[in-house]
Amino acid sequence: MYRKEKSIQLKSSSSALYNNLSVLPLPDKQLAYFTAVHGTTVNMVSASGDGLSFSHRQLQVKEGLPRWQHPFGGSGVLRPAAWCVLPSRVLLVLTSQKGIQMYESDGSIMVYWHALDVMEHLPAQAVFARGIAAASGRFICVGTSSGLVLVFDIPPKGTNITVSEVLEEHHDAITDITAELGWAPDGAGDLVTADDSGTLCIWRSGEEFTLLNKIPAFGCTCSSVKLWNGVVAAGYGNGQIRLYEAATGVLRAEVNAHARWIYALDLAPLTGKLLSGAEDSFVHIWKLSKNLDTGDVEVSLETA
Amino acid sequence: RVDEWTDVDRKRVMNDIITTMFNKKFMEELFKPQELYSKKALRTVYDRLAHASIMRLNQASMDKLYDLMTMAFKYQVLLCPRPKDILLVTFNHLDAIKDFVRDAPSILNQVDETFRQLIEIYSCLSAGEFQLIRQTLLIFFQDMHIRVSIFLKDKVQNSNGRFVLPISGPVPWGTEIPGLIRMFNHNGDEVKRTEFTTDGNYVTPQREGSFDLYGDRVLKLGTNMYSVSRPVETHMAGSSKSLASHAKENTAPNPLAKEEMNFLARLIGVLEIKKPGGNETGFRLNLFTTDEEEEHAALTRPEELSYKVINIEATQDPGRQEELARILGELEVAEQRPASTAKGEDLLALMDGL
Repeated sequence: MYRKEKSIQLKSSSSALYNNLSVLPLPDKQLAYFTAVHGTTVNMVSASGDGLSFSHRQLQVKEGLPRWQHPFGGSGVLRPAAWCVLPSRVLLVLTSQKGIQMYESDGSIMVYWHALDVMEHLPAQAVFARGIAAASGRFICVGTSSGLVLVFDIPPKGTNITVSEVLEEHHDAITDITAELGWAPDGAGDLVTADDSGTLCIWRSGEEFTLLNKIPAFGCTCSSVKLWNGVVAAGYGNGQIRLYEAATGVLRAEVNAHARWIYALDLAPLTGKLLSGAEDSFVHIWKLSKNLDTGDVEVSLETA
Repeated sequence: RVDEWTDVDRKRVMNDIITTMFNKKFMEELFKPQELYSKKALRTVYDRLAHASIMRLNQASMDKLYDLMTMAFKYQVLLCPRPKDILLVTFNHLDAIKDFVRDAPSILNQVDETFRQLIEIYSCLSAGEFQLIRQTLLIFFQDMHIRVSIFLKDKVQNSNGRFVLPISGPVPWGTEIPGLIRMFNHNGDEVKRTEFTTDGNYVTPQREGSFDLYGDRVLKLGTNMYSVSRPVETHMAGSSKSLASHAKENTAPNPLAKEEMNFLARLIGVLEIKKPGGNETGFRLNLFTTDEEEEHAALTRPEELSYKVINIEATQDPGRQEELARILGELEVAEQRPASTAKGEDLLALMDGL
């Protein structure tokens, strides 16, 4: 079961972008942080466990330095932020048209800045970073509009962050990246990257990332993706949710879930509840379960 | 003194505006790959277009017209079933424009030319790319919640200014009606099927709209809102709260102001403005019911909703042209110095002072 908590109002509306709400639960402090992006501001709310007390913060993103010449400038408008939880630290990662910024989890100090390489892109193409996930307790992966995925090696402390690898499997702009939320069965990989064309890549992370599987597109953008116990849950522009087996790439379930573009998916790893939000104004909660013998995946609607 | 609109006047204004808007050079500028304009820049271009003929509007009426336009456009972009439908909406706009000038073949030609360019450049974009365009437009319109009486009456907008998202009607082309869950085994064979219901009440669409030069667009978004005669009120009371953050963003210095001024000067230079000459008097369009109401609206407009317009007089007057060239020249020189945000502000002030 799940319970609808008290609603918390953000300081301002959220921009129309995929996956624009990130949550950082801090169970020992009985707190949760929420963040959503609006224009050039990151709205953050920290809420107590009972939802009764909360405090707001707003992080106004300064234009990054050094000043970077770009023929088409860009207003530095933000794309969704995400908290990346690593064993020794939590970083808040922001992406924009100009690059990637990483802050300490409360948004107080900028720890790292990476400018996007314009040369990778064609003259009329938009340049931006999109899709953020932490992998293997050591890396933060960020997607770009050219289809490249940048892998950052994060030390336990300090600002000595480096780009350890660039993954070059996608040809279209990355939409979302996710890491395994539960327990990966053997060979299932622990990271999934998705792009505008709908192609999904499944990786094993490490010193060197290995591509395990590539699920071809079927003609629709995949805007949001989650990985749980070796099952890839992908939300698409035509309102469908598809579940694939990560180890083999086989389609296990197909749900005609929404009447409009799916904008976000989230998954509760302990219970296997999948949440989908779309432009049709509906938020649905689905129950996922996996038959360990057959590998069959079951999906049912819990609540609309 | 003649102050009544006749059909001849209406046709003239329509033709003038459409001719100006679709002139080759202007369209060339618009079709260049570029960033979205700032709100200031858009408003300036809009003002110029609205004054492309013998029609004049006072500040209050101009503000109201702009409010109407932005909210209607926001509505159309937001409610597009598929991202690619923003192109169909554009085609609806063009179809209507072509109808306005159906008796003037040379203007019709200009519009058709633009139509062809749109088809050539945009038809092959992917859904993901259209969605990016749409998201960028929506971010531009974020926090604008001006209530428009025609939308309120039709119940497509709530009293808080937000648009209603319909949960019935045809699903977008390419989307299935929600309800079916299919499950497969490891060989890919379907082994189970279940159905679910929601509050939505959707139907299958009959056909896809046409992306050709001529054709049934199917989509109603972008067609003439005023095909039935309606009042044109907009309401701003109560929307000031939600605009607080909007105002904050507007005052942050734009480091690209210099870049934009360059572009704007070029664009404006290309729009030829017909000043009423000789014995002609301009016609003033008042969007309010009386002159007093218009004056009152101008005085009581909330601060955060005032559009700061840049006044640029781009004319054939050689003195003025020199001025414009000097500014452009100055912009070139400025590029060599390390750009600072203050410079951008200076240029805006310079343009304001023209």
